[in-house]
Amino acid sequence: MTAAKTLKIGLGIVVIAALIIVPMNFNRYGLFILSQWAVMTIAAMGLNLTLGYAGQVSLAQGAFVGIGAYTAAIMTSNGLPLIGALGVAIVLCFAIGWILGYPALRVQHHYLAFVTLAFSTLAFLVFRNEDWLTKGIYGISNIPRPEIFGYPTRRPLPFYYVCLGSLALVSLAVWWLIRSPWGRAFIALRENPVRALSLGIDTRRYTLMAFAIGSALGGVAGTLYAPLTQYVDPVPFHLSLSLDLLMMVIVGGSGFFFGPFLGAMIAVLLPEWLRFTQGYYLMLYAIAVIGLLIYSPTGILGILDRFISERRTKAASAQRAVAKAKLEVTP
Amino acid sequence: MTAVLEVTNIRKSFGGIAAVNGVSFDVQEGEILGLIGPNGCGKSTLFNCILGQLSPSAGEVKVDGKVVTGMRPSELNGLGVSRTFQLLQVFPKLSVRENLILAGQEHQGNMLSRLLGPSDAGLTEAANQMIGFFKLDHLANEPAGGLSYGQQKLLDAAMAFMGGPRLVLLDEPAGGVNLTMLADLKDRLRAINQEKRATFVVIEHNMEFVMSLCTRVMVMAEGKVLAMGRPDEVRANPAVIEAYLGH
Repeated sequence: MTAAKTLKIGLGIVVIAALIIVPMNFNRYGLFILSQWAVMTIAAMGLNLTLGYAGQVSLAQGAFVGIGAYTAAIMTSNGLPLIGALGVAIVLCFAIGWILGYPALRVQHHYLAFVTLAFSTLAFLVFRNEDWLTKGIYGISNIPRPEIFGYPTRRPLPFYYVCLGSLALVSLAVWWLIRSPWGRAFIALRENPVRALSLGIDTRRYTLMAFAIGSALGGVAGTLYAPLTQYVDPVPFHLSLSLDLLMMVIVGGSGFFFGPFLGAMIAVLLPEWLRFTQGYYLMLYAIAVIGLLIYSPTGILGILDRFISERRTKAASAQRAVAKAKLEVTP
Repeated sequence: MTAVLEVTNIRKSFGGIAAVNGVSFDVQEGEILGLIGPNGCGKSTLFNCILGQLSPSAGEVKVDGKVVTGMRPSELNGLGVSRTFQLLQVFPKLSVRENLILAGQEHQGNMLSRLLGPSDAGLTEAANQMIGFFKLDHLANEPAGGLSYGQQKLLDAAMAFMGGPRLVLLDEPAGGVNLTMLADLKDRLRAINQEKRATFVVIEHNMEFVMSLCTRVMVMAEGKVLAMGRPDEVRANPAVIEAYLGH
C-alpha cells in the first residue's frame, strides 16, 4: 500500500472517529447543527450527482427535500414507520425527478435552471396552499422520531447517530455509483455528450437517471429533516434552500465526491462559527464565499485538485526529461 | 462481397445551401474507402448524416442491409458502427485507460448489470491490450487532457475500436499528427483492417496517407461525388486534379 493511500485511510478513520466521539460532549444545539450538516450533505450529494457529475443544472433540489420532509411528516404523524416513509419518499422523488429530467433532453444550462426553478416554485405553492394535505402555513408539528431496532432516538444524540449512519450509507451507495460504469457515463454526459452518444451511451436515459437519483437523495434528506426539526412548514423549502444546496455543491467542489461534505460544512457550520461577530456574521460569510469562488471557481477541492495536477505534471515532465537524456546518451 | 454500408441519394440542406446533394456509394466488407475533397465540400456533413448526428433532408442509409436512416448515434454504435471526430473528442479528466473502458462499456451487459457489476465492466484487460496496440502504455494512467495532440488523436482512434466495431468512420485521423505517429496510426489501422476484417471510411486531406492506406477513394466537390475509383485512378483523374489535387 502506498504512503498516500495509508495517509488517506488514516485520515478517514480519524474523521469518522471524531464524528462519532466528539459530539458526545455537545449540547442540544450543537447536535442539531451537526445533524443538519449530515442531512444537508445527503441532499447536496444528490445535487452533486445531477450537476457535478452529469452536468445538469437543477434549482429544484430544495423542493425534493421538501417532498421527502412532508412525506415523512404526514406518514409518521399518522403512525406509519419512518422507514416506510423513506421508501415512499424515494419512489416519489425518483419518479418526479425522472419526469423533471425530460426538459433536460431539450434545454440546457440557464434554460434548464429556469425550468427547474419553476418546479421549485410549484412545489412550494403546493406545500403552502394544499392545507388538506400539508396543513398549509401552520405546518405539521410533533413529528415523532423513530425507534431503530427497538431503541428510541428521541434524544438529540441518538438521532444524530441516525443522521450520521444514514449519511454513511448514502455515501457508500454514491461512491459505488460514481465508480461504476454509470458514474463514467455521467461524466461523459457532462464533458462531451456528442462523443458519449457516438460511443453507444444512451445520453437520454442517463440524463433522466441522473435527475431521478439526485432527486431521490433529496427525498432521503427530507425524510431525515422532518424528524430532526420535528416540525415542517413550507418556509424552509422555498427556492432559497435550492440555492443554498447549489452553493454547497459549488463551494465544496462540484464533481468531487467530498465536495458536498465540505460545502455543507461551510453553509451550515460557518455562519454558526461567525456568530461571535454578531450582526456582521452573514456579511462576513458572504464575503468569504465570494472570495473563495474568485480564488477557486472549482471550489475548495478544486484547489487541492489543481495542486495534485501540478505535482503530477512536474513529475511526468521530469520522467520524460530523464528518458530523453537516456536516449541521447545511448549511442 | 457484402455491402456493410449503403448510402443512397443522401441530401442535406442548411437553409438554401445544399451541403450534401444526392450522394450515393457503398462500402464492401473489409474495404478502406478514402473520402477526399476541398474544405466545405460536405464530407463531414455526409458523415454526420450517416451516423445520425444530423437528420438527412432526403436519402437512405443502410448498414448490413438494414435501414438506419435517422437512427440515433448510440443505437448505431450498438449495431457495430463507430466513429472518430475531426476535432479531438477524448474525455480530458478521465485517464487513458478509463477513456477506453468508457468507450467499450455500453457493449457489456445491460444497464442494471453495468451498475451492479465490476467498476471496469470487465474491460481492463481489453483496454490494456488496446493501450499496448496503440503504444500508449506509458500513459495508461495519465488524464487524457494532459496528452499531446498526437497522443490524443491516437487515443481517440483507439476508443473507436473498443466496442469491436464492424464499420468505423474516421474524420481526419491524421490531422495535426506528426510523421512518426502518423506511420504508427496507419500501421494500426491496417492491422485492425486485416486481422478483424473491420471496414473503414476515412476522411483525410493528407494525400500520402489516403493513397497508401485506402483501397478505394471517393472525391467530393460542392456536395456531390466528383469521382470514385482506385487511388491511382483518382490521382490521374483530370476533374479531380482540377478541383482538388492541383498540378
